[in-house]
Amino acid sequence: MSDWQPKILAILCNWCSYAGADLAGVSRLQYPPNIRVVRIPCSGRVDPLFIMKAFQTGYDGVLVSGCHPGDCHYLSGNYFARRKFAVIKPLMEFIGLEPDRLQFSWVSAGEGERFSEVVTKVTKDIQKIGPITKMVKGV
Amino acid sequence: MNKVIKIENGTKQGVLNFLEHLITTDKISGVLTLRKINEKGICDYGFISDAKELKFADPFAPVMPINAAQTLSSLTPTTKPIAAIIKPCELRGFVERVKRVQGSMKNVLLISYTCGGVLPLNTFQGDGSEKIIADYYNAISKGETPGSIRPTCKACEYFVPMMADITIPLLGNSESESECSLIMNSEFAIQISKEFQCEIITSELDSKIIDKVLAVRISEKEKLYNKTKVTKDGLDELVNIFGKCVGCHGCSRVCPICYCVMCDFESHNFDYNIEIFETELEQKGALRLPPDTVFFQIGRLAHMSFSCVGCGQCEDVCPANIPVATIFKKVGEATAGLFDYIPGKDLEEAIPVMIFKEEEFEEIGK
Ligand code: SF4
Ligand code: SF4
Repeated sequence: MSDWQPKILAILCNWCSYAGADLAGVSRLQYPPNIRVVRIPCSGRVDPLFIMKAFQTGYDGVLVSGCHPGDCHYLSGNYFARRKFAVIKPLMEFIGLEPDRLQFSWVSAGEGERFSEVVTKVTKDIQKIGPITKMVKGV
Repeated sequence: MNKVIKIENGTKQGVLNFLEHLITTDKISGVLTLRKINEKGICDYGFISDAKELKFADPFAPVMPINAAQTLSSLTPTTKPIAAIIKPCELRGFVERVKRVQGSMKNVLLISYTCGGVLPLNTFQGDGSEKIIADYYNAISKGETPGSIRPTCKACEYFVPMMADITIPLLGNSESESECSLIMNSEFAIQISKEFQCEIITSELDSKIIDKVLAVRISEKEKLYNKTKVTKDGLDELVNIFGKCVGCHGCSRVCPICYCVMCDFESHNFDYNIEIFETELEQKGALRLPPDTVFFQIGRLAHMSFSCVGCGQCEDVCPANIPVATIFKKVGEATAGLFDYIPGKDLEEAIPVMIFKEEEFEEIGK
């Protein structure tokens, strides 16, 4: 199992975090290759189902990242997102998924470095938790 | 203290007299109420506009053929005032629907009562139901919990109506055979009943009875959660519990909160075509069929658990006897609890995911 690598879905908002990821790339910053990126217009667009579906499909972790509170391109999408995330946590606990499999971060377009740090941290955390087994087969 | 209309008649008859007055004096165009379809005790919801039809009305029947929130939202908005006698959880369901712009409170005289719970549909209509129903009324007049009611009713803390224009004390009311009190909670109720000839006093619900019932309900709730094993075991248990699910989606059809005309889970988004099958099988090596039955419930929990009013309708109709309502009620307490939200308590209180505060949940995203 030592060569097991987690697969992490990264859902990034177009205006901040995706641009932050881009900057990390352009700046040739290193971060683990475990993430698969989906670009969305705004973190407020994330339906809790997207996250649950990712777990059901076998992703070991999900990272959702948007603009810092107050900086949303659509003014308040990330505040709504934050409320929805708050709802998902007790639900994950209830269904027996380790809450840390799901992580949120706010990364702005200028924070390439922060993006690489976030991905590194999330990857480490999920490596620690191990492969997802719940929610995969019987759900 | 509130204005209370006193009627010298049993509670049921008194309410019918009051409704008759409202209909014949053209204050309302009709009333949504439970009514008897035939002698065997079978009940449905009906909208009665002719006072003569009121003799079939059975407004307090301990049964929920459908959650009336659904019907009431299809009847509103109305141009002329109507009345509706519904149970407290149905009223809360209606308020949740109005928040979702699926109905309107305007012109609706909402009448509700302290609720002793409802019998499962099969019990209410099954053999020997007469005796069970008689025992039921007997128990609730003493403020006791009838053994025959739905599990979630036994565990329901919200048996006192919220947002009702008129509240009727029924639970623990030993005088309900001989007298009728209508507690007026709103200006609308007072105005509409102005011409009704009756004694008016000031009074309120008996808090001793309420506290006594509440204590029983809370302890029943813990018992129910333990029995259903929804307290801790998480998904393994959830997979087991929903393992019997036949995927009929009946639970969401009857739910007052699940109002979407096209549920995402019934849309093509959840069709499994051959590519999806092959990809998933490649990942997992095995797949539950039909797929997504448990996922459907997880999706509903994520989408609406914070608004679940715990009516128990989903559990009652489930052909596989899955304790759906107990699970939703439990998870709903956790999700709504984050925002101190009580579904259906107050129309002015926004649905938690529809608003935000700038300073909150600051640990998220750190
Ligand atoms: S009513 Fe019961 S069997 Fe039908 S979808 Fe809901 S849980 Fe499954
Ligand atoms: S989920 Fe079940 S108990 Fe909750 S409101 Fe819907 S039908 Fe009622």
